[in-house]
Amino acid sequence: MNYWPLLGVAAVVIGFALKRNPVLIVVAAGVISALAAGMDLGDLLALLGTSFVSNRALLLFVLTLPVIGLLERYGLRERAQRWIAGFRRLSLARLLVSYLGVRQLLSMFGLIDLAGHAQTVRPLIAPMSEAAAERGGGALGDEERAKVRALAAATDNVGRFFGEDVFLAFGAVLLIQGFYERQGIHLEPLAIALWALPTALAAFAIHAVRIHLFQRALERRRGRGAAAQTADAAD
Amino acid sequence: MLRIEHVYWLVGALLLVGAGFNLRDRRWLAAAFWFVLALPFLLGERVLGMSAAGVRWPAQAMGLGVIALGLLAGRATAAPRATSPAAAAVRGARARRLGNRLFAPALTIPLGTLALVLCAPWLRWGEAALIDPAQPTLVALGLACLAALAAALRTTRATPPQALQEGRRLLDTLGSAALLPMILATLGSVFAATGVGDALASLVDAAIPTDSRLACLLAFAFGMALFSVIMGNAFAAFPVMMAGIGLPLLVVRHGAEPAVLGSIGMLTGYCGTLLTPMAANFNVVPAVLLELPDPYGVIRAQLPTALALFAVNLMLLWLLAFR
Repeated sequence: MNYWPLLGVAAVVIGFALKRNPVLIVVAAGVISALAAGMDLGDLLALLGTSFVSNRALLLFVLTLPVIGLLERYGLRERAQRWIAGFRRLSLARLLVSYLGVRQLLSMFGLIDLAGHAQTVRPLIAPMSEAAAERGGGALGDEERAKVRALAAATDNVGRFFGEDVFLAFGAVLLIQGFYERQGIHLEPLAIALWALPTALAAFAIHAVRIHLFQRALERRRGRGAAAQTADAAD
Repeated sequence: MLRIEHVYWLVGALLLVGAGFNLRDRRWLAAAFWFVLALPFLLGERVLGMSAAGVRWPAQAMGLGVIALGLLAGRATAAPRATSPAAAAVRGARARRLGNRLFAPALTIPLGTLALVLCAPWLRWGEAALIDPAQPTLVALGLACLAALAAALRTTRATPPQALQEGRRLLDTLGSAALLPMILATLGSVFAATGVGDALASLVDAAIPTDSRLACLLAFAFGMALFSVIMGNAFAAFPVMMAGIGLPLLVVRHGAEPAVLGSIGMLTGYCGTLLTPMAANFNVVPAVLLELPDPYGVIRAQLPTALALFAVNLMLLWLLAFR
C-alpha cells in the first residue's frame, strides 16, 4: 500500500489552517497527491482537465447573478424586508422553521435546485429573516445581523441535505444501490430511500428547536439592551 | 432539442462578459481568470469527446488551465464596493415605487424551473423533446434564469447591459469562491484516482478491534463523517468507507442490514459535510454571498445541529441495522 498520496490530504488541512487562498490549496493538493502516487505529468494534466470539465454543472448558479444583481439594485432586499415587517405575527422562528419544512419537502420530491443560497437565501430568506428578527426591537447590531444571516443559510443547507436522500432518483440513493449491486447485493432504491426518513425527521426536529432557542436568546439580549437604553434615558 | 450543453454556453458567455469588464478596468489578471474559467463551458463537450476518442492534448491543456486558475485565484476577488447612503436612499425609493412587483422576477427562477420540469414531457417540437429528458432540472433552471432576466428588465425598465454589469459586480465579489465547488469536486476525482481513499481505509483497518460490532460501527460512522470533512463530500467518502469497513466487517461479518447501513451511513457523512470548508458551495459561498465577516459563519451556525444529528444517526444505526 502506497501511503504517500495522503500528503495531498495533509496539504489541504495545513493550507486551510493557514488560511491561504483555497483554490490554490486545492490545486496544489491535487498535484502533490498525484506526484506522490507516481503519476506522470501528462496523465496528471489530463486527469485534472477531464475531471474539471465533468464537474462544470457546479457553476450553473452564476446564471442567476444578473437577475439577482439587477433586482437588488432596484431594491429587492429592501422590499422583502418591508413585506415581512408587515406581518405582525411572523416571528423569525416561524419564518425559518416553515422554510426548513418546505425545503425538505421539495428536496424529497427531487426539486433540489429550486431553492438555494443564490436563488432564494440571499435575495429573499436572509433579508426576510433580518426583518423578522428586528420586529419590536429596532435595528440589529452588525454581529447579530451576521448571525441571523448565517442561520438562514444553515437552515437552507439542513433542509436540502436531509430531504434529498429520501428522493428515489437522487444521486445518493443510486450511488448506494449501485455500490451494493456491484458487490452482488440487490436492493430496491425505495428501500434505501425510506431508511433516510428517520434521520430527515430528526434533522427537522433538532434544527427547529435550535431556531427557537436562537430566537429566544436574541430576544433576551435585545430586551436587555433596550432596557439598558431606557435606564440611560431615565438618568 | 435544448441540452445542458446550451446552458453551459450561456454560462461561458457570461464569464466572458465578466472577463471583458475586467479588461476594460485594466484588471488584467482578473480578466485572465474569468477568461480561462469560460473555456470549460464553451469547449467542454468537445474536450471530453476528444479525450474519449484518445486525443489527450485538449484535456491536458485544460489541466494546465486548472493550474493557471489556482495561481490567478488570489487576484480574482474584488472587495465589495461600499454602498453610499445616497445609493441606499435611491434603492429605498425604487423599492417603494416598484413594490411587490419586484418579487415576480425573483420567484420566476424557482417557480419557472418547477413548471418547466413538470411540463417537460409535453413540451415537444415536432418529434423531438424540447428539453433534454436526461437533464431536465438543470436545463429548466437555465431557461428560468433567462425568463427571470426578461421579467426583471421589463419590471425595472433597465437595459440588458445594466443587468450584465450587475451580474459582473456579484461575480467579482464572489471571485475565486465561485470556482471552489468545481475545483473541490476535481480534487475528489484526483484523490480517488491516486488511491488516497484506499490508503486511509487501510490505516483505519489497522487501528480498530474488528471483533467488536460496536467498534466497527463507530469506526464506520466516524470515518464517514471525517472523510466527508476532508473531501467536502459524502459521495466521495461512501465508496471508500463501504469498501474498507462497511461491507467486509459490518455487513458480511456482523450481519448489518445493507439498506439501513447505506442510507443512514450516507446521512452520517452529511453531518460531516455541514462542518467543512471543503464543501464550499454549501458552507463558504453563502458566507461570501451574504457578506458575513466570518468566512466560517455558516459552519458555526450548523455545528450544533450537525453534532446532535450525528449522535442520532449513530443510535439509529445501532438500533436499526442489527435487528
